[in-house]
Amino acid sequence: MCIPTREEMYAALAERHGEELQKKLSAASVAVCGLGGLGSNIAIALARAGVGSLHIIDFDKVDISNLNRQQYFPEQLGMFKTDALYDTLKRIAPYCDITRDCIKLNDENIPSLLTEDIIAEAFDKADQKAMLVNCILEKMPGKYLVSGSGMAGIGSSNTIRTRRITERFYLCGDGVADVADGLGLVSSRVLVCAAHEANAIIRIIAGETDAC
Amino acid sequence: MLTINGKEYEFNGRTVSEVIAELGYNEQQIAVELNESIVPKAQYKSTVLYEGDHLEVVRFVGGG
Repeated sequence: MCIPTREEMYAALAERHGEELQKKLSAASVAVCGLGGLGSNIAIALARAGVGSLHIIDFDKVDISNLNRQQYFPEQLGMFKTDALYDTLKRIAPYCDITRDCIKLNDENIPSLLTEDIIAEAFDKADQKAMLVNCILEKMPGKYLVSGSGMAGIGSSNTIRTRRITERFYLCGDGVADVADGLGLVSSRVLVCAAHEANAIIRIIAGETDAC
Repeated sequence: MLTINGKEYEFNGRTVSEVIAELGYNEQQIAVELNESIVPKAQYKSTVLYEGDHLEVVRFVGGG
């Protein structure tokens, strides 16, 4: 099966998005930290939009409990998420430059690992989210950071929003719906938050950094 | 008076650490910005709040 050339894929995207935006998307590089319900969906949205480089990071393997919301297939159970998602992303966007790191991010390795201009926080544990956000804001304040917090359950989608907290730090989610309260994660609502993060990132790439 | 997440409080002279504890936040699950600058966790105990300060406390919840 012959796939389109790099130029054909680019031309099709530019026709959709406009040449100006596509040029920016093509030149952009984004790190997606965590490849679960948020991260796998964010990465796919960005790959489809034609973001030039993606850096995908997660230490975990695909589990059956992930399949209700994460972009993995049953045949990928047991694979490292970085490998499984890499395969999927390459099928979606063959010319996207993808680097993968199967590693648990922490205070020490974040500064050397995250070289991209834009970072998507997509972890699932509250203290990990806080760790990444604090580390970026403290040690790498020049980076754009988009984080997600509060998306559990099947409450209204309308309470999920994007807030610009400081000049380069955006927070998506409803801020309150917590898995710790016994609310499960459901595909639809996780997708709403992931889409907020992906859209915030695309807006940053486009230069629309003022408003949310 | 100073503001925390848009609400006014009488916390002049108190440290970030004290205020966080009083408002019931878990220090491991937050990020704190004081007048648009991040307050490093190591400085929560030593950062004192004054009249007119604006604190933004972002609380992270689980799920993603």
